[in-house]
Order: sequence, then C-alpha cells, then structure tokens
Amino acid sequence: MIAHLVEQIFRQEGGRILAGLIRYLDGDFDLAEDALQDAFARAFEAWAREGMPDRPGAWLTRVAQRRAIDLLRRRRAAPIVEGELAELAEVVVDEPEEEIVNASGIEDDRLRLIFTCCHPALAPAAQAALALRTLCGLTTREIARAFLETEATTAQRIVRAKKKIREARITYEVPRAEQLPERLAAVLSVIYLVFNEAYSATEKASFVRVELSREAIRLGRLLHELLPGEPEATGLLALMLFHDARRAARVDAAGEIVPLAEQDRTLWDREKIEEGVALLDAAVAQRRSGSYQIQAAIAALHARAARAEETDWPQIAALYGGLLQRQPTPVVELNAAVALAMAGRLDEGLGWIAALERRGELAGYHLLPAAKAELLRRADRPAEAMTAYQLAISLVNNPAERAFLERRLAQLH
Amino acid sequence: MEYMILIYSDEQAWANMPQDQLKAVYGEYMSYSQELAEAGVIRGGSELAPSTSATTLSLRNGEVVTTDGPYAETKEQLGGYYLIEAENLDQALAWARKCPGVKAGHLEVRPLMKDPTA
Repeated sequence: MIAHLVEQIFRQEGGRILAGLIRYLDGDFDLAEDALQDAFARAFEAWAREGMPDRPGAWLTRVAQRRAIDLLRRRRAAPIVEGELAELAEVVVDEPEEEIVNASGIEDDRLRLIFTCCHPALAPAAQAALALRTLCGLTTREIARAFLETEATTAQRIVRAKKKIREARITYEVPRAEQLPERLAAVLSVIYLVFNEAYSATEKASFVRVELSREAIRLGRLLHELLPGEPEATGLLALMLFHDARRAARVDAAGEIVPLAEQDRTLWDREKIEEGVALLDAAVAQRRSGSYQIQAAIAALHARAARAEETDWPQIAALYGGLLQRQPTPVVELNAAVALAMAGRLDEGLGWIAALERRGELAGYHLLPAAKAELLRRADRPAEAMTAYQLAISLVNNPAERAFLERRLAQLH
Repeated sequence: MEYMILIYSDEQAWANMPQDQLKAVYGEYMSYSQELAEAGVIRGGSELAPSTSATTLSLRNGEVVTTDGPYAETKEQLGGYYLIEAENLDQALAWARKCPGVKAGHLEVRPLMKDPTA
C-alpha cells in the first residue's frame, strides 16, 4: 500500500522535487539524485510507521536536502573545504524546515531542468536519456529498453552528460530571451525524438515503447504548461496527440501495419483528437507560425476526415509548401510531392518525386520508392508500381514495414 | 572559469587567400580581440604559425622520437586560439559565436581543467 503510494508520488512529483534539489545543490545532479533516492527509501519506513505526511512532496524535499548536506559533509570529510560547506550550512540555518520553493518557483525549477537536460552542447541521445531519467523518473534500465540499447550504453551516456554539465559548466538556468528560440528548438526536438522513437516501434518491445510515447507527451504537456506563450511548444503537444490518437488503428490484430488510408477510423481516440484541435487553435491564435504547428495542422486534417476519401489534400499540400519553406529538407519535399499528387495533381507529384530521385539526396531511403509505388498503384500503373515496391523492399530495415510492402507487392501480381 | 576557443581551419584556403581578403579577415580578428579586451574577458590568444612548422614528439620503444609535421594530418588544422574568462558554457559559447573563425572552419570550446587541489 505505502510502497504503491510512494511509487506514485515518485512518478508524479519526483521530477519536480529533483529539479528543486538540483538548484538547491548548485547544479549537482548526482548529489541531488542520490539524496532523493535516499529520501524515498526513508519514506517507505517513516510513512509506514507514522502515516503519510500532509504534503509528501515537501516532506521528501526536506529529507532529501538534509541528506544531501550529510552526503556532502561525508564526501568532503577530509580535507574540509570551507567555502561550499559553509555556504550550504548557512542555507540550512536560514531555512531549516521550509520547503525552499514556492508554487511558481517549482515550475521555474522544472523549466531549468528541461533546458539543462536538452542543452545543445550535449549529444541528442544523451539529452533524451537525461530528460527521461530526471524529469520522467525512468530508470536507466527502462530508458535502455526503450531505445533498444544496452543498459551500460545508456548509463554511460548519462554519466558523460552529467560530467560535461559539471566540467564545462552548463548552467542550471532558463535561457535568456534572446537565446530562447534556439534553445527551445533543441528542447522540442528532443521531445519529438523521444516520441518518434516510440512511434516507429514495431511489435517488438512495443509495451515499453507505448510507455515512452506517453512520457514524450508528458514532457510536451509540461513544456506547454510552463511556456504557454510559446505556440511551437503547444503545436508539438497537439502534433503528438494527433499521432497518438491513431495508435490503436495503426496495427491490425495480426500485428501488421495498416496504412492511414485503410485504418478503421472508429478506433481513433476522439478525446485526444479534440484536445489536439483545441491546443492547435490556441497556438495558431498567437499568430507565430512554426514547423510543429504546421505539422500539427496537417495531422489535424487527417484526423478530422471521417473517411480517407474526405481528406482535404489540397489544404495538406499547401501546408507542406509552408513547411518546406521552413524546413527545406528532401524528406519534407517528398511529403509535399505526395500531397500534391494526392490533391489531384498526380503527374506533377510524380514528376517532383522523379526529380528528387535524380538529385540522389534520398538514395537508400526506402520511403521514396514506397511513396512512388503507392502513387503508381493508385494511378493504376501496376508494372511501374511493382518495380518501385521491389526497390523499397530492398532498402527497408523494419520488419513490419517490409511485411507491409511485400503484401502490397503481392496484391499487384 | 576559463575557456579555450580553439580555431580550426583549412590552411590551404588560408594560404591561397587574396591579399585584400586576408587583410579584411585580420581586421575582423583585430576587432574581435579588441571587443574581448574591452569586455575584460580575454586571458590570452594568438594565431599559430602553419602546421608545416609543427614538430611532433612521441614516445616509441621508450625513446622520445621527433617527427616533422602536426600530430594528425587533417584538412583542418589548429590555427589559433583565444583564452577567455566566462561564467559558464553559454557565456563562452556566446563569445565564440562572434569569433571570425566560425565563418571559415570550426571552433572548439573547452573549459580549462579546474585546479583539483583548490
């Protein structure tokens, strides 16, 4: 009973408490984590004995702070370094029993933590691992399983990142206004990376992957709540909700991928879609467009079509045009070309894809021939479609995607 | 805290640069150095002579061996450095961004090791 409660509090408030502790300890992640872990361990005993405190978060913060000072004293037992210890002792004397942060202060702390974890001077994979570990309370083992790597690899990533934070002095701060756009972009891309990692999951390890997408949405929600004036943060949350709403329809009972056009739309999660629509509206109303808002708008058009044939492809093609201006990458271009073809301008779309193919930037990318094959199949040009499917199959890695392409190819025979 | 800004660039491009362009680049470095000085953050810095002037020492079979040339033969070579004082990495990176070297190569920003006995 108590164990369950403590675990629940750890999941819900761990990130918040840890964020405050790290600030209190001047950016010392390790010390803060150790102290918090000890505080939780103590909570098991104390709460079983004395019952739950009124404010478990405050209780944990207080115990963790004391524990941190103990650990620091022990760590520095000999020789005693006067400066740091004296400073800390003073803090403790000044605020002996109080929770050191007020309501808004707590939010600042988590914002600090998210920006520090997602500092562009850290490797993206390390940013994701650190954010999941500190803000979402995932264990190293859980993160390793989610990213399909060994626990040692994940642990090493986290250790290295923390070491760099300490040695290069990456500050525990919310970036200043002039740096915010660039730094926010880094945070958003880490959250989206975590989400995509989960979304591209196949049946293998799919359970942990679902958890991971939930964590990404949780991070996105947190960021949206902390930075309500940043429409891109809101746009990303909406985008993830739209994608997540389709989860149940993406794979059939046999574990095979079901393409968007053939999904059973009654399986889509209406509640998530509606929340996404409301969020997107609020973001767009701020009149500062951005890539995530555009992608969310595209996903919203798919989500709102009751049947695949009702999809507003001309509007989607126009949105991809806007996205392409912001993100002139060949992958976005491929999507724009497909949308154009689907909007009734098939030859232009295929011509665009052919031009992309000639440029060679997407050589080896299975989705180019896969998209081309799909359009040719729809255009009733089976011979060309078959060639394109065969090329796609020769390039694909993911087994579920391969099975899907092979099925399509077989249908053409 | 002190940070080193290491400036890597293509020496070949540097050597083949027309005189007027070279002059303009040096001018940029001069004003950058001045800006660092005026902000009171510069602790040192210099351009290095080309890597053809480098000599590498290494230990082989217990003996120090002297060889001609830089440690690694790469297209971009260390061509200069600044040593600056900054409170944190973000501040150091903000200074590095302004360095003219960022336009024609790579900058590596590294903190100096803190004195472990301090």
